[in-house]
Formats: sequence, structure tokens, C-alpha cells
Amino acid sequence: MPSANLILQALASGVFLGALYGLIGLGLGLGWGLLRQINLAHFAWVFLSAYSTYELKTRLGVDPLVCLLLLVPLFGLLGTCMQALLARFAITPFNSLLATFGMTVSVESILQLIWSADFRRMNSHYDELKFRLGGVVVTASEAITVLLAVLSAFAVWWMLYRTDAGKAIRASAEDAPMATAFGINASRLSLLLAGACAALAACAGVCVALTFTLAPSQIYAWVGVVFAVVMMGRLASAWAPLLAGLLIGVSESMTMALTAPTWAPLVSFTLLIAILLFRKSDA
Amino acid sequence: MPDRLRPLAILIVLAGMLAAPYLGLAVHWQSLLYVIFFWITLATSWNLLSGYSGYFSFGHGAFFGMGMYGVATFTTKLGLSFFVSLPLAGLCATLLALGIGAVVFRLRKIRGETFALITLAVTFVLATLIVNTPIDGGPGVYLMGVDLPTLGPAPASTFYYLGLGLVIISVGAAWWLFHARAGLGLLAIHDDEDAAEVNGVPTFWLKMGAFALSSFLAGVMGGVHAMYVSYVTVGETFNITVPLTVVLMSVLGGSRHWAGPMIGGILITLLMNAFTAGGNAIVGKIVIGLVLTTAVLVMPLGILGTWQARQRRRAALTRQSDAHAKTAELQIQHEALPARPGDPTGTTDPAAAPGAVAAPGDTRLPDLLRPKLPRLIDAPLLRVRGLSKQFAGIRALDNVDLDVHRGEILGLLGPNGSGKSTFINVVTGHYLPTAGSVQLNAVECAGLPAHRIRQRGVSRTYQIPRPFHGLTVMQNVSLAAQFGSGRLKAARAGDEARRWLEFSGLGDKGDLLPDELNLHQRKFLELARALAASPEVLLLDEVLSGLTPPEISVAVQTMRLIRERGTTIVFVEHVMSAVMALSDRLVVLNEGRVIAEGLPAEVMRSDIVVRAYLGDEGKVA
Repeated sequence: MPSANLILQALASGVFLGALYGLIGLGLGLGWGLLRQINLAHFAWVFLSAYSTYELKTRLGVDPLVCLLLLVPLFGLLGTCMQALLARFAITPFNSLLATFGMTVSVESILQLIWSADFRRMNSHYDELKFRLGGVVVTASEAITVLLAVLSAFAVWWMLYRTDAGKAIRASAEDAPMATAFGINASRLSLLLAGACAALAACAGVCVALTFTLAPSQIYAWVGVVFAVVMMGRLASAWAPLLAGLLIGVSESMTMALTAPTWAPLVSFTLLIAILLFRKSDA
Repeated sequence: MPDRLRPLAILIVLAGMLAAPYLGLAVHWQSLLYVIFFWITLATSWNLLSGYSGYFSFGHGAFFGMGMYGVATFTTKLGLSFFVSLPLAGLCATLLALGIGAVVFRLRKIRGETFALITLAVTFVLATLIVNTPIDGGPGVYLMGVDLPTLGPAPASTFYYLGLGLVIISVGAAWWLFHARAGLGLLAIHDDEDAAEVNGVPTFWLKMGAFALSSFLAGVMGGVHAMYVSYVTVGETFNITVPLTVVLMSVLGGSRHWAGPMIGGILITLLMNAFTAGGNAIVGKIVIGLVLTTAVLVMPLGILGTWQARQRRRAALTRQSDAHAKTAELQIQHEALPARPGDPTGTTDPAAAPGAVAAPGDTRLPDLLRPKLPRLIDAPLLRVRGLSKQFAGIRALDNVDLDVHRGEILGLLGPNGSGKSTFINVVTGHYLPTAGSVQLNAVECAGLPAHRIRQRGVSRTYQIPRPFHGLTVMQNVSLAAQFGSGRLKAARAGDEARRWLEFSGLGDKGDLLPDELNLHQRKFLELARALAASPEVLLLDEVLSGLTPPEISVAVQTMRLIRERGTTIVFVEHVMSAVMALSDRLVVLNEGRVIAEGLPAEVMRSDIVVRAYLGDEGKVA
């Protein structure tokens, strides 16, 4: 039986991992629930942002948090442009998955062309900055990730439930023709929303660069578990992805600590299957 | 190409492919062809369930991987020969699929994205189990030492022939299923699963069958591929590449057609090969990604789907110009005769007058309509006792007793929310009753799946028509006949469907898609579909709502005709003039209970009915 300290440490790394799952899942779930798009390119944006952060930091010495300020608006614009393109086609959720898969393959190859297929790890002073939290060692990188995940979830909640634009978005996701009849400009809102999703991806990308080793092929390693996070919570919810991410992250890191790291997926995916089978149908 | 030459052409192509290695086809071509065969088999097998029925599986990698590890285990650990291991590995994949299906296909909520995700999750669970157990254990399994008998002139030809064999089997299976009754049922499931079940399609078993076949072929292909790569690892096997690639190939080619995955598979494999062979693999991948995105956006139906749609449009255009000349003169006569609302004969609109086509004495009467079972004296045709249906907190039906006698027209009335539609849904098996019994011809039907009840002779229509949007009007009705109580073969079902389309005034609309009909026509399509199953009891759910007065009078005529042909009718309706004109007897429901029953005039005068509809003030008025 591992020591209590080891379990606490596993819990902490689970929380951090889960927060990152939640952060990636947040943007994906928003687009899925409100735009009816299963945007696989979300993962491509995350990695594009992560590589950009890596490049800015390693080449030019830009602080990752400054990168965040730079990349978030830039990716917001990118997401808006992509939505402007996609909106020209009537596209089913499933076809959106395929179309964005094509984009993801392209982005993956572009990343590989520029940064090669090798694994790369960004070094930053946030890794050295460590502090103890009741016997558990936390790096600043991890703390930043958790903080950003919570802040993003709050920002999304505030946008959806406390602003007129958010209410309009929810209304038009529920019944687009009716919302249009009430004077809601759905297409402009969807541009805004897609921009927000991509901005969230940029934010997640900075966190990935801070804490993970990067390789273009790693894009797909995140797909399964983040899909699980998104489906486990309700679609288009602000807090559900974070909570589901924490649940999966903690259960994964506990499994890793108690058995072997290779068993980790079993817990999260069994959990997902169970939840899908036993939850009340909402359709 | 003339139809009779087609088998010949296929034979020539097949013979050429079989002979090719002996005629000196270079080894690297054989390898490329193997890769193409590999992807065609995987994509086509995926399409058997997912393309036809719309249950998009992301778990194809699991079945493929099951086959790979099946062969790896049976040959290296158990020492079985390759040709024994191969079908066994396929069976393992089938068992996995049946296991998943047995759980998942019973749940109405697991459709669409949920199904895709569950199958993907199963893939990762399986991968975790394999990597952590002696099946693999982590380092992967080498198959170098496994003895593989050589087929053909060179060792490389073995895989060429194995791949070719599997392509023939899987494309053959796809072709057969596409043209079989089961395939039509799967396409209907794609469009509207509940309506498919109610139209007699055994949805659960069709999905199970298609899933079993699909996973078996994927497993066998995986088994062959294990030998081809000769080194099996979990990371290379159970990733997202296989499921995404097969989905992409099928969607690009057209997933509602048997040949779609084949075309998509050939195109994508050649595209990938062109770039890897040219040494520009990375640039190639960028281009492939963009091509895929563009293809999916511009051709959401896939290559064959787009082609089919274009063919249909062209056919419709020629039909229109043909018909134009004829209708032009009819139009002039027609416009001279203003429609008389409420005309009881309903002959003002010849296009929509079923009575004009099939008068009661018509010798072309569908004989299937005549009751087949002996008349049971005193026993009602449909006998409902103590029927209750509870939805969380709401008792939609409360202890309903009701008899429907052979040959009558029973009007079922009640305010909105009184349980009329629930009654139809429970009797036809869409909902399981909470309590009570439903007997048809003194045989218990409650609790049976909807398709079995349909096949025993209970048909229904939906208030808002629910046609199968992807099938033509003709196919919609023919499907009902094929899965109805007669379980007709396709050719006879076609004749039957044509008769009922004529009867419903849709005789010239068979080639159209349901979306090209107006509401009135779609309601009659519902009717034709219900009748084509040759029902003993027909339950009509507000068939008149939304129709204009002339259309209503036509519909009333039609219902009389249906009864005269021997079908008993229960109809839920709010159009009171029609109710009074048609019903032999009325039953009034309120809050899930029967509150009145009897002759129309008596029931409508009863206090309790007036109160249910109008409240207590109604009595005063």
C-alpha cells in the first residue's frame, strides 16, 4: 500500500491533469452543444498554440503568460474566420467531425514540417518555481493551469448566463428559427462563439506547453479522454467539463499511483461507458 | 452498360485480378493492391452497420484489433495454424460486437454521438486490457515465426489473394445487404428508428446482425494484417487512425450506397500512396487533409450520394417536361371547376381522389386486406383490459378497458393530454404498458416489441407524418409491405405498394422523396404505409388535422373505403364533423380514463363529456 503522501501527491497531479482536460473540453463542448459542431480541429488549435508558446519562449524568451495575452486574441480571430468559412455550408454534426479531422491532419503535418516529429519540452522558470501545499509539491506551471481552468470556466459561465449575448446564444442553440424571429442575429453570435472556443483552445495550448512534452502526433492522444470529459458533463455547460475532467483526472492518477500507469485509461473509459449507459436520457 | 452484360464484366475483372500475379504483376503493385484491399474491406465492413443504419461506430479499431491479437495469440501462444486462427479471430471480434450490441442497442438513448463515443471507449478499454495482460504485456507480439502457406507464385501474392478474397466477400455482402429486405430496414433505421420499428422492422436484431457481420469481416481483415505487418503492438493497433480513416472513406464515397466505401477507400489509399511514394509524405498529408475537408464540405453526401441525387434530379426534370404537356390541358378543365368545399364525394380534385381510382367494387382489390383469421364469435378483435401507463409522476393511461369489434369504426375522443396518443403508442408497442393487457384476436400482445405487434396486424399512422426521408415514396410503402403481416418478397411488395399508392392518390409520386410532397400527400403516404402492411386494425392519429375541407372529405371517403375492405379502424380526431359522420361508436378519454362510451349522438350529449371539454360552465351554456 503506497504511503498517504504518495496518494496525496497523486491526488494533486490528478487535479492538475483534470483541470487541463476540463479546459480543453470546455471549448470543445461549447462548440458541440451550441454550434452543433464536433470540432476536432480544437485539438489542432491547442497544439498550434502550444508550439507557438514553445517557439516564442525558446527563441525569443517571451514569458508564457505574455504569450497567453498574445495568442488568445489571435486564435479568437482564427476561430471566427474558420466559422465564417464553415457557416457557408450546411453541415451535420458528424460531417463537421470529418471536415475538422481533415484540418487537424493538415495542421499536424504543418507542425511536423516546422518542428519535426521529435518530442520537445519547453523549459521555463515556472517549472522551477515550486511550493509545498501541506506535504504536496506543486509547480507554478501546474498551479497556473488549474487557475486558468477555473477562470475560463467562470468566464464562460458569466458570458452564457449573465450577458445578453450569452442568453441569445443559448436561445438560438435551443431553437434557431424562433430565436431569429425574436431578432437574434444567430450567424454573428456563432462567429463570436467560435472565436471564444478557439481562444479557449489557445489558453489550453499555453498550459499544455507549460507542463507537457510536445510532439505533433500527440494531438490524437488527447482526443479520447477529452471526448469522454465532454460527454460526461452536459454539452454546452460551463462547469461540467471541469468537474468531469477532475473526476477523470483524479481517477486516472490514482490508478497510476496504485497500480501501473498503463491501467489508467481503463478507469476513465469504463467510467465513461457506465455514465453513458446509466444516465437519464436527455434527448 | 446493359444489365445482362454486367455479370459478365464483373467476371472478367475478377478473372483478371485472380490471374494477375501469374501474369507477372510486379510485387510492389501486389503490395499496393493489398493495401487498397485492406482499406476497402475495413471501410465496407464498417459501412454494413454504420453507413446503412446511421449508427456511426468509432469502435472499428476494436474489432480490427481483436482480429490482429486473435491471430497473434492463437498462432504464437496456442500454436494453431494460421487458417484455423483466422476465422476464430473473426469470431472473437463478432462476440465482442454482439456483447456491445446486446447492451447498447436496447437503449433508446444510445444513438448518434453517444454510440460513436461508447464504441470508441470500448476500443481504449480493450487496448488497456490487452497491454496489461499476457496477451501482449507491453512489448508487442512478433509473428515472424508463424508459418504462412504461400498462395500464388510468390510469397507476396499470399496477401494479395487473401486481401482480394476478403474484398470480394465484404463488397459482396454489402451488395447483398443493400438489395435485401434487411438492408432496406437498416436504411429506415437510419432515417427514423422508432417509425421503422412501428412499421414492422425488427430494429434490434437487424442492428445486431449487421454489427456481427461488420465486426467479423473487420476481425478477419485484422487477422490477415497481423501477418502482413508481422509485429503487433497496442499503440499501432488501437488508435484513432483506423476508425477515423474508415469513416472518412465511407463518407467520401457515400455511406448510403454499397459501393461508396470502395470508391472512397481506393481514392484515399491512392492519394496517400502518391505522396509517400513521391517522398513528400508530410506535404502530402497537408494536401490530403485539405482535400478531405473540402470534399466533406462540398459533397456532404459523398461521391455516390451526390451522383444519386443528380440522377434523381435529372429524372425528375424529364418527368416534369413529359408531364407538362399532358397536365396543361387538364389544368384548364380543372380550373374551370371551382372546388366545392365539403363535397361529400370528394371528386373535385381528381389528383387526390382515391375513390376515383379504387371504387368498392374494384376487381383489383388487394385481397390481403380480407381478414385471414376466422371470426371469433363474441370475442372482440382488440380487447384492452386495465391498461395503464405511468410516466414519472404522470398517469397517462389509468386502467383503460376498451373493446374494438371487427369491422367497426371507433372514434377515440378526448381533450388534449387525455391519453389518446399514449393509448396508440402503448397498443402498438412503442411504450411498454405499466399494467394491463392488450389482446388481438384473443392473443396477448402487451409487452411484445412494436414490430411483432405490427406483424400481427396492428398498423398506425402518425399525427405528424414520419416518412423515411432517405427512401422514395415507393420504397417507404414497399418497406411496410415487406415487413408487414404478409412479410412479402420485394417484387410482390412492390406490386402491393403500387396498389396502395394508387389507392391513396399518390400513384404518380412513387419516385419522389417524401420531402417533395405536401402535408396532405405526406398524410396519405402515412396511410398507404400503414395499409400496405395489410392490417386488421388501423389506428389513425389525427389524420385529418391540418387538412383543408375538400381534403377532409376525400379522407373521410377513403376511411369508409378502407373499412369496406375489411380493416377495422380506431381513429383519434378533433374534427367533429368527420367524427360524427364516420364513427359507429365513440370512446371518450379524459385524464387517462375512459369517461364515456357508446353511440356518437348519445355520447356527445352526455354531461360528463361536455364538462370534460368545456369545464363546468359548459353545462350551463
